Amino acid sequence: MMTPPSSLPQRTPDQPERKTKDMARILSILVGLFFTVALAWSFGLGFYTWATDPAAPTAEHEFHLHPKEVAFASDGAFGKFDKQQLQRGFQVYKEVCSACHSLNHVAFRDLAQLGYSEGQVKAIAAGFQVPGTDPNTGEANLRPGMPTDYFPKPFANDVAARAANNNAVPPDLSLMTKARHDGPAYVYSLLTGFQAQPAKLLKEFPDSKTPSGLHYNPYFANLNLAMAPPLTGPGQVEYGPGNPKPTVDQMAKDVSAFLIWTAEPSLDKRKQTGLAVTLFLLFATVLGYMSYRNIWAGKKH
Amino acid sequence: MSFPWANEYKPSHPFMQWMDERLPLPRLVYNSVGGGYPVPRNLNYFWNFGFLALICLTIQIVTGIVMAMHYAANTAVAFDTIEMTVRDVNWGWLMRYMHANGASAFFVVIYVHIFRGFFYGSYKAPREMVWLLGVVIFLLMMATAFMGYVLPWGQMSFWGAKVITGLFGAIPFVGEPLQQWLLGGFAPDNAALNRFFSLHYLLPFVIVGVVVLHIWALHIPGSSNPTGVEVKTESDTVPFYPYYIAKDGWAVGAFLFLMAVAVFYFPNALGHPDNYIPANPMSTPAHIVPEWYFWPFYAILRAFTQDFFFIPAKLMGVLAMFGAILVWFFLPWLDKSPVRSGAYRPLYRKFFWVLVVDMLVLFYCGGAAAAEPYVMISQLAALYYFAHFLIIVPIISAIEKPLPLPYSITEAVLGDDDAAQLAPAANA
Repeated sequence: MMTPPSSLPQRTPDQPERKTKDMARILSILVGLFFTVALAWSFGLGFYTWATDPAAPTAEHEFHLHPKEVAFASDGAFGKFDKQQLQRGFQVYKEVCSACHSLNHVAFRDLAQLGYSEGQVKAIAAGFQVPGTDPNTGEANLRPGMPTDYFPKPFANDVAARAANNNAVPPDLSLMTKARHDGPAYVYSLLTGFQAQPAKLLKEFPDSKTPSGLHYNPYFANLNLAMAPPLTGPGQVEYGPGNPKPTVDQMAKDVSAFLIWTAEPSLDKRKQTGLAVTLFLLFATVLGYMSYRNIWAGKKH
Repeated sequence: MSFPWANEYKPSHPFMQWMDERLPLPRLVYNSVGGGYPVPRNLNYFWNFGFLALICLTIQIVTGIVMAMHYAANTAVAFDTIEMTVRDVNWGWLMRYMHANGASAFFVVIYVHIFRGFFYGSYKAPREMVWLLGVVIFLLMMATAFMGYVLPWGQMSFWGAKVITGLFGAIPFVGEPLQQWLLGGFAPDNAALNRFFSLHYLLPFVIVGVVVLHIWALHIPGSSNPTGVEVKTESDTVPFYPYYIAKDGWAVGAFLFLMAVAVFYFPNALGHPDNYIPANPMSTPAHIVPEWYFWPFYAILRAFTQDFFFIPAKLMGVLAMFGAILVWFFLPWLDKSPVRSGAYRPLYRKFFWVLVVDMLVLFYCGGAAAAEPYVMISQLAALYYFAHFLIIVPIISAIEKPLPLPYSITEAVLGDDDAAQLAPAANA
């Protein structure tokens, strides 16, 4: 695979090849001019349009808000899930959200990670009716869920979902906190962000009045959301003793924490493993650096 | 090896001698990355990125093979099989995050590697083949990464595939049939997903093959170095092992540490949230953007907003996007300066840094929404990009007066040191 030194190219920068290839250079400059003139043309017309006819502002651009600041136990390099909070969040999902939103990627067995015992998981699963097959007739039926089952969908299909929800399909929630920018804060902000349309908006954009059947929410990308405020008031979900009061704010936080877990059940393990891996790599890198210094000692470079 | 003073492989163990006479594989390794490969002693840390790229390729292939064991290339289940891998396969989440972030790490490393080449004139004689093969590897990487991003069949997978394959539709006459032939249909669907998976598994091994050629071609003249002055005597070099194995070794440690921080603590920072939404051909995302490593070229594509004479704007954009990389193939013949290293080229060095800033501007604009002022900024940045390679570099290389070069690498390293008093070079 290797060539003897005699066949080494003899051309070095010290003895440059002086054969000019002006044709190649002229050609390249012509090609370069072609692209640069085309771009200058695009730029010129674009600049003229921008200067004479700037794009009109939109209500979405002016009134859309970034998610609120909110902290979760699982934040940060050493953050871990607060299992008590995840259980409360699960309760909110089960009693409020699950009426319309599926949780396709989560199985009942996964709930053991929230601190539920095997018996509790079985009982929770049995509380849901899942699609099954009648063992006698072979016809489709509903049966109580088992830990191996996944959460059942609230609607048979998208058509049924649209029909029941003012022509909007409620999205699956399993990955919601990873499917939006700043997902956990987004979910929390959306749940607590319903409000009346600001008078300023209606004054500046009279055509942007929230259509009937939709609900104004500045944290939603196009400001008007088909979902009615799901968390209506304190005490909507009854938390067991030893838990904080179920205010709308608390319930929104809890269900957001639960949805961080559904989107990333391996979060705790990921951060624990990360600590071990990064510490090991740091140690190995320091050793590697020391051996590098040792090997190169006395060799100027 | 390529220099007469290269250490010779001398197996001491009888088995290794037996092996050497029959299949000299250990000799090949010794001469490629062992004591038998003399390397300039003055390489700086920018020369570590070739080795790092090899590490990245290995990580991608290993994690990719594991991911493929749990993946099904079918539009009905592709998204779910990946979620299942992440949730139910032992360490599946780690494989997925390593593979996704590994692609980003690979491109970070390769961009540094390429710009090292720009600055130090690594593309110049006698290393043109090394450079050309490197550009081929970069194109293969882009194709592989693009198809890999389609496989999860999320919203950005689908719409990215639709936009990029739609570019072929801009080619006159054959565009539309060509696009349908590539996709196996009128839009990205099961046929496209299957062939993308097949090619995504194939191309990394093609890359391995071209990498072998890239390293082979490198070993003929030997590595370049920051002075750009060719190796003259033994004192200019050190053997690859142990010197550069030690230097690459600790660089790999530092690289893996940074990658681990990304994988374990910011695994989704570089991904687009929309790709956690299953693909829906009926719902177009507000902003369709490719992965970050394509942004500079995406900005060039979108910079052409006006028809130019009889050429439609879309076709111009496509030509320019591919042309932006194809122009690298011609670089060894566009830059005629006899001096390689930017360290001794006062004028070229300034424009090199303008190019770096220009690439960063294009990068930013490519990731931003297609609205003003980003389109205008990317038009000016793209204009400079083409002017740099096709007009400025050829002119500079004709008019620039380079700084005096050191006599040899040894002189550059040791300066007035007595040891620099060299015997005349062996083959100068």
